[in-house]
Amino acid sequence: MVGVTEETALLRWIPLLPLLTAAVHGVMLGVLRRSLPREGVIALSCGSVILSFVLSLVAFFRLLGLPEGGALVDDLYTWIGAGHFAAEMGLRVDALSAVMILVVTGVGSLIHVYSIGYMDEDHREDRGFQRFFCYLNLFTFSMLMLVLGENLVVLFLGWEGVGLCSYLLIGFWYADRFNAYCGAKAFIVNRVGDFGFLLGIFLLFRALLEAGTPTLSFAGMEAAFGAIAEQTVQLPAWIPGPSEWRLPTLIGLCLFIGACGKSAQIPLYVWLPDAMAGPTPVSALIHAATMVTAGVYMVCRMDFLYAAAPGASATVAWIGGATALFAATIAIAQTDIKKVLAYSTVSQLGYMFLAAGSGAYTAAMFHLGTHAFFKALLFLGSGSVILACHHEQDIRKMGGLKERIPRTERLFWIGVLAISGIPPLAGFFSKDQILAAAFASHLPGHLVLYGMGLFTAALTAFYMGRLHYLTFHGECRLDPAQRDHVHERGPTIRVALYVLAFFSATAGLFGFPEALGVPLGVEHPHSLWNFLAPVLSEERHHLDHATEYGMMAAAVGIAVGGLLLARALYREPSDLPARIAERAGALYRLIRDKYYVDEIYDAVIVRPLVFVSDRVLYRQVDAGLIDGLGVNGTARAVRLAAAHVLRHAHSGLAQGYLFFLVVGTLVILGYLVG
Amino acid sequence: MDLAHQAVLLSGVLFAIGTVGALVRRNIIVILMSIELMLNAVNLAFVAFSRIWAHVDGQIFVLMVIVVAAAEVAVGLGIVIALFRNRESINVEDASLLKW
Amino acid sequence: MIQVLFSLFALLAVIGALAMVLNVRNTIAAALSLVVTMISLGGIFVLLEAHLVAVIQIMVYAGAIVVVFLFVVMLLNLRRDVFGPSGQRLTKALGAVAGVWLVYRLLVLLEGRLPATQPLPDGFGGYRDVGMALFTDFLLPFEVTSLLLLAAIVGAIVLAKRRLD
Repeated sequence: MVGVTEETALLRWIPLLPLLTAAVHGVMLGVLRRSLPREGVIALSCGSVILSFVLSLVAFFRLLGLPEGGALVDDLYTWIGAGHFAAEMGLRVDALSAVMILVVTGVGSLIHVYSIGYMDEDHREDRGFQRFFCYLNLFTFSMLMLVLGENLVVLFLGWEGVGLCSYLLIGFWYADRFNAYCGAKAFIVNRVGDFGFLLGIFLLFRALLEAGTPTLSFAGMEAAFGAIAEQTVQLPAWIPGPSEWRLPTLIGLCLFIGACGKSAQIPLYVWLPDAMAGPTPVSALIHAATMVTAGVYMVCRMDFLYAAAPGASATVAWIGGATALFAATIAIAQTDIKKVLAYSTVSQLGYMFLAAGSGAYTAAMFHLGTHAFFKALLFLGSGSVILACHHEQDIRKMGGLKERIPRTERLFWIGVLAISGIPPLAGFFSKDQILAAAFASHLPGHLVLYGMGLFTAALTAFYMGRLHYLTFHGECRLDPAQRDHVHERGPTIRVALYVLAFFSATAGLFGFPEALGVPLGVEHPHSLWNFLAPVLSEERHHLDHATEYGMMAAAVGIAVGGLLLARALYREPSDLPARIAERAGALYRLIRDKYYVDEIYDAVIVRPLVFVSDRVLYRQVDAGLIDGLGVNGTARAVRLAAAHVLRHAHSGLAQGYLFFLVVGTLVILGYLVG
Repeated sequence: MDLAHQAVLLSGVLFAIGTVGALVRRNIIVILMSIELMLNAVNLAFVAFSRIWAHVDGQIFVLMVIVVAAAEVAVGLGIVIALFRNRESINVEDASLLKW
Repeated sequence: MIQVLFSLFALLAVIGALAMVLNVRNTIAAALSLVVTMISLGGIFVLLEAHLVAVIQIMVYAGAIVVVFLFVVMLLNLRRDVFGPSGQRLTKALGAVAGVWLVYRLLVLLEGRLPATQPLPDGFGGYRDVGMALFTDFLLPFEVTSLLLLAAIVGAIVLAKRRLD
């Protein structure tokens, strides 16, 4: 839906400010080798992100002033110009990207502030503090470019940028090799996804080029898409599977592979749990609220494509649903507080894709927003707990913290309720809409999907409850030395938690469903829907209100049930959970060890690849063939030729030289005469 | 075949003998004499060509060659003497300092 | 008649050349064989109507240049030159083959390309004819060769003199 556009130079400052501060930090640390004092770093980095947020708000309100479907654009310069194709370095704020920039800069600002307190120890370490904020700013810039880009190329620029910053930030404490390994794992798995993403872009571009409209800008593609929507692609025979594909389906699948990598869906989710090796603010910002949502954003951005590709959409929904369920089962047996939250994130992202695949792009974006709030809250809260327990992350060693850090406990509980979907907190509204969309969609097996989603909701409530009770309730299982030092954190940490808790509680109002609003006398209560509808090509599902009420009741009932079960098992110290785990035996071990997926990947993919790279490609080809034969071999050949053969031509005897003279004359004569 | 043509043939033969001598012998003086033989063969060829084309230029060239040969012999034998003073030998293989 | 003389001189020339090259022990003998060759060539020059050149050949070449060779041989007091086996036997053998092959190629080059001998004008090859050409058409080369001789003389003296220390 393309409407009125207004040019404004405001937009460029939104990503530019964090970039500038990142550049300042980079130059200072990398080139000048001096560091700013702590206050300077804070003022610069937090200031730039907060300013970006303010500018985003200004842009948002300016956008509201435009007629429906309008957009603010800022065209900086022509980045790539090749024949009839041009990729502009251009930014675009329409309803969809407006939501994203508010989330990114808003949650981002809060996390920047939180990091002041959290990374305090690192400021005594050499340059660690400034380096952290440099990377954080760089990440903010990349993410903003991703969501503000007016074409796929700028989006991909941001896509790669956030991948890089993720690597830098996961491996932030690089002195410990394990952290560096986790960062590398994230980057490499992302790269696999990016390969699919690039294939999708290439297919799309080629089709548009042959149709005479070579463009990768979203507005242009949407307008020109109708012309190529019915094309088919023939794959070469050696690729397994069917050889003829509908073009939109193939593109949609390829792009979705990239989304699987970036947003941690099956089969490329394995990096996210290990990404918890990074500092907790990183986990909150990148691996909960922003970077991992890039895949969802991309699918919603390309809604015109997925609307024309039912096969791809169905795949998206099914993978989303399956991932949601799969990750939730793993989460119930994890013992590291951050790992539980990591798998929870994977699961909730699955919900978003389930919605997007069902065509309910608004529901996906809504859940993206609410999830950003409560997941960030949960992560930051867990960070607070970790600091309080002196870097203890094993929940089996916690407990009884409710008395010692009550405010953190209260806020964390709000997050737990929100993610479980208890009304009137935000999670209830967004999750409910996803389930309704799955139920009402025309996807194959949509009822099964609905069931999976519902069961996942139950598991979600259960494992979050388990996490809460084990962490805060019962006996304190910490060492006595640690126990006495448990205290609430400073104001910078707490302010972030309060703000996030507030939004976790109230954000539901933005997505108030009709079924509830109409009885209250409000015609179109779903403000988010009203806002996004002109931009997203989405059909409204038509479920009668009775069905909706039934589903809502089911969801709430299940969630409450899950929480009660967790409370029964974990609130008081007991050995009942341990006995259940023993009875379940192999099944329990299976989910605790995350279905051995990492081990399978290692054996099937990583090890053979490393073997081939090292033993074959490196030793045989590179060192043996190219070095040995090519480089050293050439040198050896020359040496032999010169030393053993040519040497004899320089005998020092005049007669030898005369001999060559005669031979040379013969050769020339032969050439001239013969 | 008339006389001049036979002379060219003879010139070739003498040139060959001179070349082989310059390549094979080790006595420096004999090598120099072989080179003189080669020059003589060339002179013969020039005279023969002068006869064939009835042009006197060939004979002028012979005079030039004789002058050059004389100069070359003077200097060459001077070198041989200097060499002999240093090495007590006229074996050309004893004068191979330029070898590898 | 002329043909007989030519064949005789040719034979002598070749025998002298071979004697010089194949002679292994006596350097003086080699030099004298060279004289035989040169005188024979002088005779052939006469038969080819190059009278001035023939005389100059005998006077300068046979009479001066080879004499210088003999001077040097006697100065160095060389008797028999007995050398050990050559270290370059292979090269020398190949060299001999190459030398012969070279000449063969040269002759192949010339074969059939030489025109018939043309008739001669009067006084061809005499001192007047050669002298006129030398001092008119070839004046510059004449002067240059005199400079060459000067350089050679100086060089020979420098090379051969004993040091003054």
